[in-house]
Amino acid sequence: MSPAIEITGVTKRYGDLTALDNVGFDVAEGEMFGLIGPDGAGKSTLYRILATLTAPDSGTAAVCGLDTVKDYSRLRTMIGYMPERFSLYQDLTVSENLQFFASLFGVSIKENYDIIAPVFAQLERFPDRKAGALSGGMKQKLALSCALIHRPRILLLDEPTTGVDAVSRSEFWDMLSTLREKGITILVSTSYMDEATRCERIALIDKGKILRVNTPEGLVAGLDENLYNASAYRMFELLTRLRQLPEVDDCYTFGATLHVVGRKGFDQVAVCQKLQSEGLEDVRVYPAQGDIEDLFIKLTR
Amino acid sequence: MNPRILKALLIKEIKLMKRNPLIPKIIIAMPIMVMLVLPLVANLDVKNVGVTVVDNDHSQLSRRMIADIEASEYLTVSAVAETYDEAIASVERGEADVILTIPPHYSREIVEGNAELDIEANGVNATKGMLGAQYVSQSAMATLSQWRSENGIAVTVPETSVINLYNPTLNFRNYMIPALIVVLLIIICGFLPALNLVSEKESGTIEAMNVTPVSRFAFVLSKLIPFWIVGLIVVTVGMIIGWLVYGLKPAGSLGAIYLVTILFSLTMSGLGVTIANKSATMLQSIFVMFAFIMIFQLMGGLFTPIRSMPEWAQYITYAIPPRYFIEIMRSVYLKGAGIIDLWPQYAAIAAFALLLSLLAAITYNKRT
Repeated sequence: MSPAIEITGVTKRYGDLTALDNVGFDVAEGEMFGLIGPDGAGKSTLYRILATLTAPDSGTAAVCGLDTVKDYSRLRTMIGYMPERFSLYQDLTVSENLQFFASLFGVSIKENYDIIAPVFAQLERFPDRKAGALSGGMKQKLALSCALIHRPRILLLDEPTTGVDAVSRSEFWDMLSTLREKGITILVSTSYMDEATRCERIALIDKGKILRVNTPEGLVAGLDENLYNASAYRMFELLTRLRQLPEVDDCYTFGATLHVVGRKGFDQVAVCQKLQSEGLEDVRVYPAQGDIEDLFIKLTR
Repeated sequence: MNPRILKALLIKEIKLMKRNPLIPKIIIAMPIMVMLVLPLVANLDVKNVGVTVVDNDHSQLSRRMIADIEASEYLTVSAVAETYDEAIASVERGEADVILTIPPHYSREIVEGNAELDIEANGVNATKGMLGAQYVSQSAMATLSQWRSENGIAVTVPETSVINLYNPTLNFRNYMIPALIVVLLIIICGFLPALNLVSEKESGTIEAMNVTPVSRFAFVLSKLIPFWIVGLIVVTVGMIIGWLVYGLKPAGSLGAIYLVTILFSLTMSGLGVTIANKSATMLQSIFVMFAFIMIFQLMGGLFTPIRSMPEWAQYITYAIPPRYFIEIMRSVYLKGAGIIDLWPQYAAIAAFALLLSLLAAITYNKRT
């Protein structure tokens, strides 16, 4: 069986800017695939190509085995696309928005209710509220319901959790897992590295190039070697001192601590003592667990 | 094109239009305001022309001439000056528009048959100067012929009589009211669809629409059709005010007016949507639309007759859709003409409606 999404050598330029540079990866049927990268990496451009809204300059993209350029009109009934920006009618109510999209696709809300139920359940309480008056998290749920109402085979979600609070974000990912269990292939993008682990496989993208494609575990494997946490009373001084040490390959802030990438022969105890003897107070250096963010920093360095 | 999709789109458009805080008010209030105020203000009748008379004759005849000018509906004697310089000064101060100079011994020379009056007009406002001078000359001639007959100086002046057809009193309002309805339609049916579509672009809803199976024709039609209804409402409100306030009823059939209204609404909204398709922001679309509206208003024959334009400009007016709408409105309103009498104009405007609607659909790209 062909993959649900098949991207080969896709390049897209806007004037002098190369938004996508020879991008290629596959997403298997029924997979939850994450596209992880900072703002401006080219994620939204890739989404626009997959959603048939724009054509690549070179290379091909196929969704459900259909070319996004040649078979765009057939594809449109098979994909559910949720753009980064909230794109429902703010002056229509919750139920009117849902009914509107159902009518466009010629489906009834009743027959497809099972698919939107896990998402729409919380919105059912206020069907007559205008979409513009909903909270950020609720807006996302309504937008997802509208993107799902025609029972798409592929769901394309462009940064669905941007600007949504932490609790709603976690809830949103739970809903995506439920949808995946119903057999929908999901391509989701995010700039939050911590959300990457919720996907089965992820692609790291930066400046229009795909850096790696693997499972989250596969990507971080081997990162732990020579990765340490470091903290001290005066953090900034610690950072500059560490960067000057010959046995330190890289050092960067990571949440409340610093992450130190050691070279061969890095000795945490010796480094700790050295720094303390130089007058830094409360110095602690201990092994750290590497995650996607560490990998990203390593790859983009 | 799928009728189910078009129906869903139209329901959405009408709901959104009704819920818009401004649009329903504009559709009703703007025609009322424009029709109540503008026919009174936008009046090309020349009245209150100030005349300064330099009376060098000081005769019975010259005094009578001045009194007759003062009595005229259109003229007022702003001053009787002693010298020409004094009179020019009053024109410069803006008190007078026309100077009438009566030469010395005028009443004596008139009997001999070779007297001349001098009439000079301020040409800054060309219409007022030209008409003012004409009124003064007519008034003086009237006084003169009366005076002659009273004094037994036989002159036979052929009497001319003019009958103004269709607008017997040459009431300028009768000429303006159908034109103002056209102006309303140009503005409302031109701007609103353009702003509507650009706002969908700005709010991003067009993105969600573009990935649905909605065809471009259905989408564009859903933007055009609501403005038939808007156009019909605007014209109806305009006609009701024209009748209640100014007592002007269309002499022809309402059907003829409504048919051209639908065609013209389609033309203007097609243009609006085309402009919106090519604009990224509201400001862009407003500026471009405004340029079109300027030309439409000034070259469509709304305020100035097309036949007094230079020949090359007259050819251009054939490409200006309001031209046909104005001709139809004035003919139906004042002459009671019907669709059959005006078929070339109807055909022209129908062609524009079709052309611009197609252009709106072609320029609308779902994919970039």
